[in-house]
Amino acid sequence: MIKTIVSTELPVDEQFRIRKNVIHHGREGLRFCVVTGTHGDELEGQMVCYELSRIMNEHPEQLVGTLEIYPSLNPLGIDTIQRGIPNFDLDMNRIFPGDPQGTMAEQTAHAIIEDIKGADMVIDIHSSNLYLRETPQVRINVQDAEWLVPFAEHLGTDFVWVHDAATVLEATLAHSLNSTDTPCLVVEMGVGQRINHKMCHRLVGGILHLMKHMGMWRGEVPALIQQPIVCKGDSVTFLNAETSGVFLTELKCGITVTKGQTIGQIVDPLRGRVLSTVISPVNGYLFTIRAYPIVYEGSLMARIFNSEELV
Amino acid sequence: MREETIFEMTSPCRDSFRIRGYRFGEGAKTLAIVGAMRGDEVQQQYICAQLVNRLGFIEHHGGIDKGKSILVIPSCNPFSMNVSRRFWAMDNTDINRMFPGYASGETTQRIAAAVFEALNGFEYGIQLASYYVPGDFVPHIRMLKTGYEDVETARLFGMRYVTVYPPRPFDTTLLNYNWQLWNTKAFSLYAGKTSQVDLKAGDENVDAILRMMSRTGIITTYSAGSAYESVLIDESTLQHIKARHAGILLRLVDVGSRVHPGQSLAHIIHPYNGQILSDVKTTKEGTVFFAHNRPVVLQNALLFMIHT
Repeated sequence: MIKTIVSTELPVDEQFRIRKNVIHHGREGLRFCVVTGTHGDELEGQMVCYELSRIMNEHPEQLVGTLEIYPSLNPLGIDTIQRGIPNFDLDMNRIFPGDPQGTMAEQTAHAIIEDIKGADMVIDIHSSNLYLRETPQVRINVQDAEWLVPFAEHLGTDFVWVHDAATVLEATLAHSLNSTDTPCLVVEMGVGQRINHKMCHRLVGGILHLMKHMGMWRGEVPALIQQPIVCKGDSVTFLNAETSGVFLTELKCGITVTKGQTIGQIVDPLRGRVLSTVISPVNGYLFTIRAYPIVYEGSLMARIFNSEELV
Repeated sequence: MREETIFEMTSPCRDSFRIRGYRFGEGAKTLAIVGAMRGDEVQQQYICAQLVNRLGFIEHHGGIDKGKSILVIPSCNPFSMNVSRRFWAMDNTDINRMFPGYASGETTQRIAAAVFEALNGFEYGIQLASYYVPGDFVPHIRMLKTGYEDVETARLFGMRYVTVYPPRPFDTTLLNYNWQLWNTKAFSLYAGKTSQVDLKAGDENVDAILRMMSRTGIITTYSAGSAYESVLIDESTLQHIKARHAGILLRLVDVGSRVHPGQSLAHIIHPYNGQILSDVKTTKEGTVFFAHNRPVVLQNALLFMIHT
């Protein structure tokens, strides 16, 4: 059943709507939410939502409880190829839990939280941005690690990143839900404005796997590829560009790298010179790499989980 | 007056990115002023440019108090202004939400770190800011309520209003918030407009800043002129008036207007047939502090804030 959770008039003959697909079967049971599209340039979640809806349409009898699918929390952003909400300065994922008396964006954020909270599990799917390519990963605030990592291990991602708490991140959808005891796992994968089918199928399998673990899915699930690498503590190295220029690399993320290994080069197309070489300063697991080649000093080039055991 | 380069960075294809600063006087770091942080903050940059001009004149005539120095940075983001973008053109990040910055971090974190290093340690800090919601304001001084805000000095600008509001999580990366944490008495000055030069409001803002400098003894030769006795407002007490319908907005009052119960403030017109969908009225007497300034409006959008 399609339900509208936010409906507001736009200036000229158009209704702004945020909708969800509520799929229910069996006795009253648990409620599992899949949300995506907070950032309008992140599209992997669209395919995941489609696949989950399709599977549920084909095998509704296998579901035990309620699956709610929210494909686009920021429909205007998706439709205009913008990360944020058109005509609004703030990142939508920095205004939760919203404000019923605030701007339209803040009212929307408030309505979303009110609709989702109380769920037994929420998967918030992101897919990096235009600039970075991410290996499939779950991100968990260190404050919620003990509670959420055991759930994350069922999703079949390559990597679980338990990151430090930051005040500004208290305004994310995930933090707002987790702070109301609604468990929310943030998934990052791929690159902005594109859909990687293989990654999406893996995540769909992982979500079904987690639902099965929670007693919500009786159908077949793919075997998990592997247990994820779980990164805890201050053990991630960030590599930033030393020079502005054009970044060239042959590498993809999701591989191990060794100390001293070349990640790529930043070059000057005008003069035909190498301006700087991006080198891994550690042994570890490369889980983020620059996707958009034009870089300025400081542009994030890669993130590496420091690990001697993996190399 | 000494011009210096606060930050410089090469670009892949354009000229180098530079942030210029202008120093006046010698001695203790007394006042720092920052203009455009975003590419559309033309009014803010105009005011800073006028200040550089006026302070040069004042300094030339020995009007800066001995042992005090002033830094003015008219723009932290010329690249975005040159291509008509509000935020950093490469990745759409907001320099004003990157403070205190990180010198080894991403590009706009590095810019913020360099700017903050230049701005840190001053006794007073003034940022010419713009708001994240589109609209016009009565020019005012705005401060985060962190426990470090200095209301009494804010009144010395002689602007009509001084407002305070509690920081939300997304405010903790603003320059104003971090200035306060590092013991600078920080004031955000909202100049009324953003993307266009309003000469009258601009001159009033220049006068307000020079008045504050005069009243705090930073400059000695400026006549403070007429000023308001500022009213302090907690922003949570402002009356919010929202749009009951979407459509074309015809505003009937300007910011600063006195309004009375039952008075029409705006009409919202049907975009196809011209009928009045909503006659927007106030239920209270007060002053229009904020007014939406786009010609079209969404349902439930904030149209006016009234100080009652």
